[in-house]
Amino acid sequence: MKYDIEKLKSKHKMLKEFEYELKPLDKGYSDRTLYINLSSNEIKEKPVPEEMKEKFIGGKGYGLRLLWDAVNENTKWDSEENEINIAIGPIGGITSYAGAGKSLVTSISPTTGIPIDSNVGGHFGPYFKFSGFDALEIQGKAENDIIIYINGNDGKIQIFEAPDEEINSHILAEQMTDMFADNEKERQHISTVSAGRGSDHVWIGCLNFSYYDKRRKGLRLKQAGRGGIGTVFRNKKLKAIVVKYSGLKGNTNNPVDMKTIQDTGLKFHKEMITLDDKQCHMRTVGTAHLVEIMNDYDLLPVKNFKFGNHEDACKIDSSVWTKLMTQGVPDGCWYGCTMSCAHAVDNFIPRTGPYKGEKVLVDGPEYETAAGCGANTGIFDPLAILEMNFYCDTYGLDTISFGTLTAFVMECYEIGVINKEITGGLELEWGNWEATLEMLHQMARGEGFGVIAGKGIKYMKKFFSDKYGADKQFLNDIGFEGKGLEQSQYQSKESLAQQGGFYMTNKGPQHDEAWLIFMDMVNNQIPTFEDKAEALHYFPMFRTWFGLQGLCKLPWNDVEPENNAETDEPAKVPEHVQNYLDIYKAVTGKSLNKEEMIRQSERVYNFQRIFNLKMGHGKRVDDHPPYRAMGPLTVEEYDSRQERYDSQLKELINIDPEGKTSEEKVKLHRDWREDRYEKLLDAVYKRRGWTKDGVPKIEHLKDIGMDLPELIDTVKDHQ
Amino acid sequence: MKYLKTYPEKCIGCMTCVDVCSNLYFKEITPEKSCIEVFDLGDGNFDLSVCNQCQTCVAECHTLALTVNKFGTVMLNKNLCIGCYACVAVCPTDNMRTYMKGIVPFKCIACGACARECPADAIEIVTED
Repeated sequence: MKYDIEKLKSKHKMLKEFEYELKPLDKGYSDRTLYINLSSNEIKEKPVPEEMKEKFIGGKGYGLRLLWDAVNENTKWDSEENEINIAIGPIGGITSYAGAGKSLVTSISPTTGIPIDSNVGGHFGPYFKFSGFDALEIQGKAENDIIIYINGNDGKIQIFEAPDEEINSHILAEQMTDMFADNEKERQHISTVSAGRGSDHVWIGCLNFSYYDKRRKGLRLKQAGRGGIGTVFRNKKLKAIVVKYSGLKGNTNNPVDMKTIQDTGLKFHKEMITLDDKQCHMRTVGTAHLVEIMNDYDLLPVKNFKFGNHEDACKIDSSVWTKLMTQGVPDGCWYGCTMSCAHAVDNFIPRTGPYKGEKVLVDGPEYETAAGCGANTGIFDPLAILEMNFYCDTYGLDTISFGTLTAFVMECYEIGVINKEITGGLELEWGNWEATLEMLHQMARGEGFGVIAGKGIKYMKKFFSDKYGADKQFLNDIGFEGKGLEQSQYQSKESLAQQGGFYMTNKGPQHDEAWLIFMDMVNNQIPTFEDKAEALHYFPMFRTWFGLQGLCKLPWNDVEPENNAETDEPAKVPEHVQNYLDIYKAVTGKSLNKEEMIRQSERVYNFQRIFNLKMGHGKRVDDHPPYRAMGPLTVEEYDSRQERYDSQLKELINIDPEGKTSEEKVKLHRDWREDRYEKLLDAVYKRRGWTKDGVPKIEHLKDIGMDLPELIDTVKDHQ
Repeated sequence: MKYLKTYPEKCIGCMTCVDVCSNLYFKEITPEKSCIEVFDLGDGNFDLSVCNQCQTCVAECHTLALTVNKFGTVMLNKNLCIGCYACVAVCPTDNMRTYMKGIVPFKCIACGACARECPADAIEIVTED
């Protein structure tokens, strides 16, 4: 052990202690939330009003509701009143159905200025919920670094100053587990939320949620990555939030019908165990199995999304990760998850940085990290990708934003927008993993060009044009951000629906709301604007539902029943939807059908859209992609797929490409593609019950039972 | 490895093993709560199904509630089990058992109580490498 727990504890200064009454959950709920103010050290329980339970359900619904009430239209990410809310929904925490341990974290984001919600595995959410609260609401800022400790066994909460504990997560989570577990057995009952040194200095901070891996006898970290919540966390001087809960049983959620949950869960487990090897290989390699699939379909982002495949993709495909990841270990990030996709590389030895030469565990990589920190930056060295993965996690930085912004920086470097002088010596050419890692370490040290890059693409676009006279339009065209959030790692050029799936999202372009590329581009199942609009209504609403319940999306369609293709709507995986309806009823006792399921989500989805409006965004102007996400931006891109684009000119745009220059053809494509995106916006807004400017109509809010006075008040001048 | 070996061709379907097992572990006589199952195949033929201690479930258990004892028998620590049923799903012979209203599964631990009572010598405890 490199640290002395007693010495660390001797420096603690208790700021507040609070006791609460322990009580069992009732049908998935405790009907109270926990409020902590770090400025005043106030701690209190808040009852959940009936209307909040009915209309916001739980998870991110609860988080957003509490956040709305806490902030005003002028609140910034670093304002005292901004909050970090962590909530898990009514189904969350059950142990019999796969993927039921997700926490939903909400805050006002540093990079977008609007609410962000980010979901994360690990044990904190379930343990916190079983400690007695439906949501944790943290407001205010501490003066010095503090730790919040929630003892769910004894009903005690403490806030204390903790000056000497580590900040980087892989060490801090271990310290917290050592500090609060009274014995070896208790280690699995502890979970820590933390950020890292990177979150101190840049805006793409993430949170790590730990869990104790009994087989490895070590700590694992899962990330609430998107939108910079780690940065807010450190701005509040939070070092860690720790929970201890030792009472977990299969029925701790106190559902009304345990048998249905067990039977449904068992049916799913059997599917997973028998079909995974033939389908997605989640149990052996997790989401990283997607690398070669995306490469084969021209969807892998290469060199800042210029291209969709690369001959070196085989160096970072699933065969490589399968060998590097430890096999044969149940790798669920919550108990009972037989999808088991949270794989890890054990005994990895970094080649750079403060932990150079030490053996560490790398949680991942997920597909997003492999593609973003790999192909998109032209880096095809798997060990370099693992090192970025490790350092991003422990520094509390989002690998998706890091990958996408690095790709942007590299293109800026390659075309001369920035140079070695500006980067302080970093030669950020395609594929230079050493310079990339150095930029990452700079983010953690709070120095050099890394601090500029770490503020995200939206910030850099303005900074580069203001300071270095870069062409604003070109930076807008190549900067893969929407609303201030960096896009996740799929090419959307040939899928209009996915362009909407990324850029019409509430929080910015991520793959949490909709992934329609295969439906749209590969299988051509949604050819018309209306078809696409229907998909861009149904899927974002359906997928929002997971975030209300504390569920992971992956078990919905990363394995499918054998007969799924024969069902009426295979893309929806009807049998699994029915599983969720059955489980919801079995937990809460309330019947739910497919329509009401979408309605539950629609209420929260529209609430979040109006929340964006309250914060000065949430309109049509905020829903546009960078042009490269829509089509070939440059002659280089056009010529790389000339046959495809020429044939589209002929067949879809009715223009003969013969005799036209590539520049002319790029322009013709752009006009056509930008026009059809506008038509898609019209169709989607209409389907969602919004105005042409993307604002929910008052009559639609009435239809869905969401005509709350504060919402009407916000939208009434925008009808 | 110590396990309960079955000779279904000798079974006479008297259900003694089932009664002994459920009575020993649950204090009630019901086939639903027996680790060994007897299936009537008709014409006086029966099949027997019970855990063969193959250990597939042990590798799947998230909480290390399933372990192998010094005799090679798979044991379930109910205090560590959180009732996820991953072991039930992964069992190749469907012998990780569950019952209505039960949270944790149960299984044969090769105690031999049933074998001692079997009037037809259709089951016996054996130890093999």
